[in-house]
Amino acid sequence: MAEKKMVNLTIEGRPVSVAEGTTILEAAKTAGILIPHYCYHPGLPIAGVCRMCLVEVEKAPKLAPSCATTVAEGQVVRVHSEKSLDARKGVLEMLLINHPLDCPICDQSGECELQDYTYQEGREDSRYREPKRFNPAEDFGGDVIYVPNRCILCTRCVRFMEDVAHDPALNVSERGDRALIGKFEGKDLTHPWAANVVDLCPVGALLSKDFLNKARAWELDRTASICPNCTQGCNVIMETRENQLVRMRPRPNENVNAFFMCDWGRLNYRWMNEKNRVEHPMVRARNGLAASSWEAAISAAARALNGKKAFVAASPMLSNESLFLLTELMQGGSGVFRVTEGDEAPLPGVEDLALRRERAANVYGAEKLGFKKTKDLLGGLGQGDVLVVAGEDLAGIDAAAVARAGDVIVIGSVLPEAAGKASVVLPIANYSEEEGTVTNLRGRVQRFTQAKQAPGETRPSWLVLGDLLGAMGKQTNFFLPSEVFAKLASSNTSFAGLSYDSLGFKGLPLLDAPPSGPKAPIAVAAT
Amino acid sequence: MGFPHHPHPRETTVLTKHFGEADARTLAGWKKRGGYKALEKALGMQPADIVNVVKESGLRGRGGAGFPTGMKWSFMKPGDGKPHYLCCNADESEPGTFKDRELMRWTPHALVEGCAIGAYAIGAETAYVYIRGEFTEPLHWMESAVKEAYAAGILGKNAMGSGKRIDVHVHKGAGAYICGEETALMESLEGRRGNPRIKPPFPAVSGVFGMPTTINNVETLIAAAPILLNGADWYKKMSLSSPKSTGTKLYSVCGNVQRPGTYEVVMGFPFKEFLYDLCGGPLHGRKFKAVIPGGASVPIQNMEEAEATLMDYEGFVAGGSMLGSGGVIVIDDAQPMVTVIARLARFFAHESCGQCTQCREGTAWTTKILERIRDGEGTVEDLDTLLDIGEQMTGKTICVLSDSCAVPVISGIKKFRGEFEALIQGKRFHPVTAAVA
Amino acid sequence: MTPDLVGGLESPDYASHDRAAHEPYVAVFTEDVKRELDELLTRYPTKMAALLPALWIVQRERSWVSEEGMAEVAGLLDLTPAYVKGVVTFYTMYHQHPVGKYFIQVCTTSPCGICGAEDVVKAFLRHTKTGELGLTSPDGRYTVIEVECLGACGFATPVMVNEEFIESVTPDKVPELLARLA
Repeated sequence: MAEKKMVNLTIEGRPVSVAEGTTILEAAKTAGILIPHYCYHPGLPIAGVCRMCLVEVEKAPKLAPSCATTVAEGQVVRVHSEKSLDARKGVLEMLLINHPLDCPICDQSGECELQDYTYQEGREDSRYREPKRFNPAEDFGGDVIYVPNRCILCTRCVRFMEDVAHDPALNVSERGDRALIGKFEGKDLTHPWAANVVDLCPVGALLSKDFLNKARAWELDRTASICPNCTQGCNVIMETRENQLVRMRPRPNENVNAFFMCDWGRLNYRWMNEKNRVEHPMVRARNGLAASSWEAAISAAARALNGKKAFVAASPMLSNESLFLLTELMQGGSGVFRVTEGDEAPLPGVEDLALRRERAANVYGAEKLGFKKTKDLLGGLGQGDVLVVAGEDLAGIDAAAVARAGDVIVIGSVLPEAAGKASVVLPIANYSEEEGTVTNLRGRVQRFTQAKQAPGETRPSWLVLGDLLGAMGKQTNFFLPSEVFAKLASSNTSFAGLSYDSLGFKGLPLLDAPPSGPKAPIAVAAT
Repeated sequence: MGFPHHPHPRETTVLTKHFGEADARTLAGWKKRGGYKALEKALGMQPADIVNVVKESGLRGRGGAGFPTGMKWSFMKPGDGKPHYLCCNADESEPGTFKDRELMRWTPHALVEGCAIGAYAIGAETAYVYIRGEFTEPLHWMESAVKEAYAAGILGKNAMGSGKRIDVHVHKGAGAYICGEETALMESLEGRRGNPRIKPPFPAVSGVFGMPTTINNVETLIAAAPILLNGADWYKKMSLSSPKSTGTKLYSVCGNVQRPGTYEVVMGFPFKEFLYDLCGGPLHGRKFKAVIPGGASVPIQNMEEAEATLMDYEGFVAGGSMLGSGGVIVIDDAQPMVTVIARLARFFAHESCGQCTQCREGTAWTTKILERIRDGEGTVEDLDTLLDIGEQMTGKTICVLSDSCAVPVISGIKKFRGEFEALIQGKRFHPVTAAVA
Repeated sequence: MTPDLVGGLESPDYASHDRAAHEPYVAVFTEDVKRELDELLTRYPTKMAALLPALWIVQRERSWVSEEGMAEVAGLLDLTPAYVKGVVTFYTMYHQHPVGKYFIQVCTTSPCGICGAEDVVKAFLRHTKTGELGLTSPDGRYTVIEVECLGACGFATPVMVNEEFIESVTPDKVPELLARLA
């Protein structure tokens, strides 16, 4: 690959060296300088219309739009000079003259770029004395509401639909100060990736119906995670309020999901707020299952499993760590999982990005760790086997199929109806309540973290399994999920060399990850 | 006296010579008047040589920008393996300007010939004539002329037997002044909203359909033919002043003047003589108060400035304005300047494409303030606000429509401040006693 | 010397002006009209470039551009209806709803404004009995609007009636002009 020529310039007094062809705005980022902007987005074609990113370039007669101007050798750029500040102040004033004073009722408040920049460097007052432009709010279909009065015409939404979703369902209608975003009558915004326009909108013009009026941005706790809803493994932020998940939004990862996530994934977070939880360990006594202490329940489970082959029916939502520990439980038995399927829905403008058919986060991880994918979950359950139901809700499974099992251990967040004859129930945290890693369909291992507290006495799944294996006489001393992962990495060649530290929050591919087209896997340094 | 009046002896009618002659619009009639001799000569020359003649002649873009035409043509690199395109900008929508309409409806074949010469010179096989949708007559006559030219083998795959292909297509606009901006014209031609593009890339590198493109005004292309026939020196000699401005220019005169119409004079002509003699001076009982000499986008001149101006690119700049499109709007002492300027601002607000924040919001805001002042509800702060807005609208946008809106406001407040202040103070405008600020 | 043939060019026969907006949509691009579009497509390297001409055809055939018209054009040119709508709403000459049989457009930009254009507008509003800009007269015959510079400033005030371009209109000429319309 030919070496890219480097260009040296100075931005706000700091020396910067970037590849030829880089824009001033992107170059400034490398120097830790954020040039305020609206219409520019690294995932979209350049528009250069908001005029917010104008910077002063020494010896140039006019201010330059930094998002659309490439760097030149020896350039001296001033981002916060009087001229630049004055231009930005002017843009902000112009954006606000027709903008309604909606902050008290606008969802975007607290995460609004118009608020942020105005507070940072806008005017304190308004000089506008004329009537403001008005258009009624519009339901665009799907999850999206459009409030034209707040729109700053940055056109990110239009460009997303055209250039990334390849479905020009949004337009700019009219012209001049009458312009607003529009769609065609009868053609709703039902594209499977359309809700990304809500994230892209810098202001409260495009809003999520699902999130409407639900919470204030500053009330939310945010954690980095991986979307659990299919095998793509989009990087997300999970947002909670008062220990309930209220929103999921994409987190950028150039190797997985660029800047986006699909509507199905985004809106399917409610299952992690499930209410029907088992909150206490249970052991079968004379009158049925009774609440028990953790020690007693673990001991009972260990007794049931010791020396026996276990048939593990696991959920492909479980982490690599938990699935790995479950394999140690098998003792010569076997493990299976099933996964719901749906239609694939690609985002054509991004390479290798789609809502995948298999709707669970760790299908690939499960297979890598020796679990077999099946449509007949309990088909392989032998007469008298110990059945371990791990994370599975056994929906649609006949109690009769379970009856073949000699014993049933449930390790899960809910107690499946079909597993009513379980002798031990160990309650675990669900995906949003613990930390771990999952492996996507391209073999990329990515970390997810805890977004909310697990209820009652539930414990992380890896902790429970570690204790269970310990009670069965196997050597474990896991205090952190990273330790489980380290054990996995040292015993499985595919995972060799990986660690939580090296994974960070962008993830890394397994050594033998399947090729995924032109994006070659990055070589992993062996530790 | 300028068309539709009889030509004034002090005019130099090169391009306007046959205005009003119905017969000139047909192929036969145009040939009788020497038509297509220039194209015949051109097709026997090397394109590079044609470019050099035009360069030598000093011809500058007549649409308003005044960019040297020969230089513009030379930006089209031959032999790059890409289809080249010529676009003729016939979107004439600058208020005060109507010369291209006259050229097309009286001498349509002159434009066909000019397009063919231009296309050949820049290595293009296809030329699009983008005519604004409101120009019913020009559309009719251009379609008719193109049809005749194809029938006579002047256009087509073997233009005049040269073996070269030259296609000319008429493309009808649909009501947008901004499509006169060269990159917006290309967007519109491609079937998009008329949004100007960021430059670079420049049209000669990536223009219409992503291919190297040259865009020229109607008058510019038509001028190429006599230049080729009579030589660059002939064209250069037609100048009373600076060597930087050569040849003749069509001026569209309108407003409060005795003889509005289309005039053709050599570069450097004295503006005072032009207004008071050729155009007949002010209407009975009135006095000239202001002139906008180059279409709505150039600064307003007061009469002291106008009467000292020599009519060429540099001369108008020295006179506190610009030559622009040559649309001469004459305003007399019966007209309230604030009303005139407010209506110009409304024009720009209506025509703004809406992409850039300063233009989209600024043109409308400016209009609203001016109309409030016009209607007697202005405040003292409004003038400073208008000047501030004007500054924000200048030099900060993708195209210069924004700057154009600011120009009459800033020059109007500068040179006629008294009228603004009088209205703000609650006084009413009196045509009879109106004095220049 | 007054040039002849000014403004004498005939507009297309907007017979369908009389058709109400709620009538079922009939496809425009059939047979001859489809062939016309096919010829237009040979002039440009992309289908999209034929959009403005195609919309002009729709307006010629139906007197206005309805949403169904936009959808039909979109289908023929491999564009989305939303995209076509975005283009239609940008350009002022495409009617997005039916207008009067005679669509009267009076230039009022400053060069005509200082030559009495406002009085011409008032005269039209009065004599057509529309009373208000943009409204269609009760008998469906007239709609009067103001437009921006028509590019005939030296012939103030120019007026377009549908596609007919009429120069030098003054208030006193308005009744005669209206009478001349069929």
